[in-house]
Amino acid sequence: MARQIGDVILDLKNISLRFGGVKALTDISFDVREHEIRAIIGPNGAGKSSMLNVINGVYRPQEGEIIFRGEHRRNMDTHAAAEAGFARTFQNIALFKGMTVLDNLMAGRNLKMKSNFLQHALWWGPAKREELAHRRKVEEVIDFLDIEHIRKTPVGRLPYGLQKRVELARALAAEPQILLLDEPMAGMNVEEKQDMCRFILDVNDQLGTTIVLIEHDMGVVMDISDRVVVLDYGKKIGDGVPDDVKNNPEVIAAYLGTQH
Amino acid sequence: MFYRETGQFKTSYAADQQIFPIRQDRIGVVLLLIAAFVVMPLAASNYWFNAILIPFLIFSLAAIGLNILTGYAGQLSLGSAAFMAVGAYAAYNFQVRVEGMPILVSFMLAGLTSAGVGILFGLPSLRIKGFYLAVATLAAQFFIVWCLTKFPYLSNNSSSGVISVPGIEILGIKFDAPQERYLLVLAIVALLALVAKNMVRSTTGRAWMAVRDMDVAAEVIGIRLMRTKLLAFAISSFYCGVAGALYAFCYLGSVEPDGFSLDLSFKILFMIIVGGVGSILGSFLGAAFILLLPIFLDIFLPWLSALLQLPFDGATVSHIQLMVFGALIMFFLIVEPHGLARLWQIGKEKLRLWPFPH
Repeated sequence: MARQIGDVILDLKNISLRFGGVKALTDISFDVREHEIRAIIGPNGAGKSSMLNVINGVYRPQEGEIIFRGEHRRNMDTHAAAEAGFARTFQNIALFKGMTVLDNLMAGRNLKMKSNFLQHALWWGPAKREELAHRRKVEEVIDFLDIEHIRKTPVGRLPYGLQKRVELARALAAEPQILLLDEPMAGMNVEEKQDMCRFILDVNDQLGTTIVLIEHDMGVVMDISDRVVVLDYGKKIGDGVPDDVKNNPEVIAAYLGTQH
Repeated sequence: MFYRETGQFKTSYAADQQIFPIRQDRIGVVLLLIAAFVVMPLAASNYWFNAILIPFLIFSLAAIGLNILTGYAGQLSLGSAAFMAVGAYAAYNFQVRVEGMPILVSFMLAGLTSAGVGILFGLPSLRIKGFYLAVATLAAQFFIVWCLTKFPYLSNNSSSGVISVPGIEILGIKFDAPQERYLLVLAIVALLALVAKNMVRSTTGRAWMAVRDMDVAAEVIGIRLMRTKLLAFAISSFYCGVAGALYAFCYLGSVEPDGFSLDLSFKILFMIIVGGVGSILGSFLGAAFILLLPIFLDIFLPWLSALLQLPFDGATVSHIQLMVFGALIMFFLIVEPHGLARLWQIGKEKLRLWPFPH
């Protein structure tokens, strides 16, 4: 493996998130190292998606601190997170269904485009040059994920598995430093899962992107992730390399139940 | 056979990203422009200019405006007629109150005034969506018409709010004859349609569509919702405003606030629904459908009843007209809910494969 796991780039400290009286997350701390694949697992309703939403600013935790590349924040906001290099996919595909694959990916790069609407209106000079330069970048992503044949297809017409892949492509188009994947393999058959695993590993390996992913398929998680954090009822019950987590009695209890 | 891309290989992204990537489309557009700019002025009669071509172009422009807001940015609006009214009255005021103001500058300023008002009434869109937003834009519709009636200053102290526009003169050339006014309207509409097309195929348009399709995801990839929505309101209102100015100056000659009623807003909304939501071409098709169909029925139905010797008098025929018109709209929406533009697109896709189905 070419990649080398580096220092901690994202550190979450004592995160608590409440919705009224419901405690979604309670005092959760974990860190993410550069270039690693970090999995978040846990039973349904454990707070995994909430955790991702806290990381990229969709939710604001009541307590805790997020340290990204040495910068301390009380919470993220979505725009700042996108600018800092976070990109994500969603559990229920959140693509722009009326737009083509190409337009979805170009939209993914919107933060890197600096021309304004008056220049767009005239399709002139900088606007056109920028459009073409970004098209080149987007084509690299399209090539990377093998979706050349559908680049002009409206996303809404694609089958589910491909939509998942296009969503990954849109996130990659932003050239993120940290990629947050919310159940990238949910609802896929074995082959599609294998493809998706391959792509995730390739992204991590060749582009060096740090990945935080939520996944229910334990085989996949244990295979591809470097470290795993386990949540249950909004609390952290395990953290470590896959083998440690697998043998952690609390984790086993959460997943299989305990004998009374 | 004739419409296919076979052999048209793109060797650069510039060639692939151009406005009409297929050669036949480019030829078609050039022919259409020649027809509109050269053949029509020579061939058409005054009736055609006054009753068909000029209103068609003006309503197409208004429909493009509404399509930018509703079709592309996904913000439902029922205030387009009000924004046209703002444009018409603003152009009139600039023209009357500022000595020697060039008419094209007045049109431009009318658009900008309307854009400003549009931003104001677009503010609720930051908190509410869908039908609730439509109701909020309804406020614009009633408020603006009320304003124009209430404050005589806005209509240069005309007692009933009616304004009669001065003649049009650009660089010493008068635009009085119908075909001259037609050419002026055509030039403005063609230019603004091109500008709209450029905007919707670039980052601006992608941001609008992203907000329309999935606003949470749009926010997560860094699109600023507020800026995007307000820009859509501004540009949409700009288009409606210019359309309103042309409506007053090049079509009717004199307008009153009540002419820009909710009915007119609905008419424009029907145009984009029938024509195709989220399509510039659809705006033209929809305007043509809504405007031309009644005219066609007007001519065709009496002819038909005479032919079949049906005992219908004039009033019955005009009732039947309304019924047929309504029925046809429903028919088209059931056959193709995405509008005439989608029918056109499907037709093109079929033609590309024809005569082989696969």
